[in-house]
Amino acid sequence: MANVRALLLRLERLVPWLKSPMPYLAVAGYGLFLLSWYLLVDVFALGRFSRMPGLGSIVHEWLSVDPAYGVSIHTPIYYQHILTSLGRVGLAFALATALGVPLGLLLGWSPTVKEYVFPLFEMLRPIPILAWVPLAIIMFAGSETPVVFLTFLASFFATTLNTLLGVRSIDPSFILAARCLGASRTQVFRHVIVPGALPFIFTGLQISVGVAWFSLVAAEMVSGQFGLGYLINTSYTMVQYPTIAIAMLTLGLVGYSTSAAVRVAGDRIMRWRKRELTGAGRA
Amino acid sequence: MTPSLEPSPRGAIRIDGAVKSYGHGVARTLAVDDCSFDVNAGEICVVVGPSGCGKTTLLGAIAGFQSLDGGSIRLDGRMLCGPGRPRAEVGSDRIVVFQDGALLPWKTNLDNVAFGPTVQGTLSRAAARDKARGMLADAGLGGYEDVYPGQTSSGVRRRIEIVRALMNDPAVLLLDEPYRALDALTKSVMHESLLELYLRTRVTIFFITHDLEEAVFLGRRVVVMTARPCRPKAILDVDIPYPRTYDIVGERRYRELVQEAAAAVHEEARRAFDVGDKEGPQ
Amino acid sequence: MSAGASALAAPSERRQPGRRLATRLRELAFTRSRRRALTSYVVFIAVWQLGATSQQWLGHALPVLSALPPPTAVLTTWGHLVLDSGYWHSWLASLVRVAGGFAAAVVVGVPFGLTMAMSRGFRGLAFPVFELLRPVPPLAWVPAAIIFWPTQELSIDFVIFLGAFYTIVLNVLGGAETMDPRLVQVARSMGASRWNIFRRLVFRAVLPSILVGMDVSIGITWEVVVAAEMISGGGASGSSSGGGLGFFIWSSYVGGSYPQIVVGMISIGLAGYLSSAALRRLANRFLPWLEARS
Repeated sequence: MANVRALLLRLERLVPWLKSPMPYLAVAGYGLFLLSWYLLVDVFALGRFSRMPGLGSIVHEWLSVDPAYGVSIHTPIYYQHILTSLGRVGLAFALATALGVPLGLLLGWSPTVKEYVFPLFEMLRPIPILAWVPLAIIMFAGSETPVVFLTFLASFFATTLNTLLGVRSIDPSFILAARCLGASRTQVFRHVIVPGALPFIFTGLQISVGVAWFSLVAAEMVSGQFGLGYLINTSYTMVQYPTIAIAMLTLGLVGYSTSAAVRVAGDRIMRWRKRELTGAGRA
Repeated sequence: MTPSLEPSPRGAIRIDGAVKSYGHGVARTLAVDDCSFDVNAGEICVVVGPSGCGKTTLLGAIAGFQSLDGGSIRLDGRMLCGPGRPRAEVGSDRIVVFQDGALLPWKTNLDNVAFGPTVQGTLSRAAARDKARGMLADAGLGGYEDVYPGQTSSGVRRRIEIVRALMNDPAVLLLDEPYRALDALTKSVMHESLLELYLRTRVTIFFITHDLEEAVFLGRRVVVMTARPCRPKAILDVDIPYPRTYDIVGERRYRELVQEAAAAVHEEARRAFDVGDKEGPQ
Repeated sequence: MSAGASALAAPSERRQPGRRLATRLRELAFTRSRRRALTSYVVFIAVWQLGATSQQWLGHALPVLSALPPPTAVLTTWGHLVLDSGYWHSWLASLVRVAGGFAAAVVVGVPFGLTMAMSRGFRGLAFPVFELLRPVPPLAWVPAAIIFWPTQELSIDFVIFLGAFYTIVLNVLGGAETMDPRLVQVARSMGASRWNIFRRLVFRAVLPSILVGMDVSIGITWEVVVAAEMISGGGASGSSSGGGLGFFIWSSYVGGSYPQIVVGMISIGLAGYLSSAALRRLANRFLPWLEARS
């Protein structure tokens, strides 16, 4: 019953949005963007733009059954690239979350741990992830591990920092109230700190996914086999321009979906946040 | 439910020469200085005074959130804090209800109310939930159990928070301006429900507020504090009998007491104003 | 201190014992957390040194750590590099790129973001496209940029610009959202023109968010700069002096001088830290009221 209610509420909120100019403007915006691309490249072919792949050729290539450069939605290798990249991001993200969230919680909760560990953390953090590339190649054997390591590193810093901020953001009254009610330190950690930091943690995880993709693409462009970054690089060197665009667009779509997946997971876990006063409760 | 006629023997607080200052160097301020007064067991004692005078510091010291620089506080003869132990232990015999409310937003109201006994292990989770359900029903709050605090109005949230505290059978209930953010209409409902709970349980209540009408309506005794550093300036004996309902607001005795309190507070407020006090740490 | 004495003591009298207490307290706080931080640094460097030289004293090379150049080698290499002008040219090249890209992103991004904040129509049109392009990592644009722009330098700058652009626009939007809409109503009811509202209210509301977000923006800018320098081979004809710190690291790797890699890494970290600190200083100088507000 509650699910039906929630669905109805969501639909209710949809109606005024549909009535507003927003969705139509969005469509118009996309339309303008695509139109200007088409005009600039295919129709007018002004100067620099003449060297860009035209919209028509890109779309045609992407959707064709027998693409000129071997990569389209019908070719298995397209999905191999996607899955390789996705797999790397998935592994790195999982590791970064498994290490970063506990570390962040600990850093936020215990002043002792913070005083020991945080300075070291802050010393390493400003080093851009890609500056680690050569070191990663030297340290780890093979071509997969360095790529995953770099992606992991980027995610790890973002997750830990945001988790730490999450703990700091908790209203101290909650902690004091729990202690008044007899909670021990461990119980406060379990019942107040962890749930209280969750909103920040999930924002951090979304950022972390974005950062992971950022680093992954860069790492793939430099080393490694397969993957969307690698595809972009090789398409460029082999002068297969439409494929570059295909890879970029795919990156955008896949990246966006992973970010959305994290957000949805967060919404489900933190159901208490979704229901506002104007929602299913009594006023 | 008939109100209990026996005053509870628990909850007598004795504050003796309490001293507390904040900051160091030039910014050092004395918040509480040589403050002494008693709270009798089973009574509602309301503390009023100008902003920033140090009332919340006292409450914090009783609860164990703050330490004292001098003096002592005793509960039923047992020393909470004093020489050798500057800060009291936080415990469920003195439970605080916070100004902006502190129901845990990620637990349902029921789980919030059941939190104390569950976490202390005195009741199993199921038993705690049952007891919570019962207490909420008794307080007229049945029906709010399975929603989250975020879906509940602030007035109801306050009442639930008080029930959550009472679940643990505390000796003292410490209320730090709990109704400050509520409108006058809601406040009057809150007052009556608080008194109802009080008469049923006879828990000792230490209540801080700015609102003089609220103070005289609720309190058995009203302690008017001086400006910072705070010390009792006057203690009013509110001899209006319980149970009190809102029609006493028109009565002569009530108005006399409010006026008396107002005069005392005003003098102190003037003094605080002249010194140019900001709403500093209390 | 007796009851009323502290409140009534003359300011100079109060300061003497108070100040000594304050400095003592400050020293105490200084010492404990500083000591702990120092301990971690020392442990870190010790583990690094031992791991890197494990072949020598342990007789057996530890898996990951032994591949690293030891801290001692890094320090001596750095000592030599400090005297090498090429090293400092790399610094300059990178800093110029960061400054240029960041400035360009501000110049384009702030008006863009503000227009989106002030005009619902424009926001409806532009924001979906913006959000569509945003998940594409800036580095994925490198080949496209190289194809499009006439010089390699411009293509690097374009990618750097993109990196900072997204964050700045988001910060501007976020800042505009925090502005109390009632202020706009008040201004309108007093007859303020749209331009005035923009200038006095919206702009001022947005500025703190931009500055707060600057740390993140600068961080991203550095990431992209380093990446772009490494990937595109360092700029015009790949000369080491025009290459920047990213290229410096890459060529050190290719040339097999591993301690130099670490020197490069630390240099970039330092440069990043210094640039955000400098930016914050600048912001505070021009907008002192921000400090008071926060």
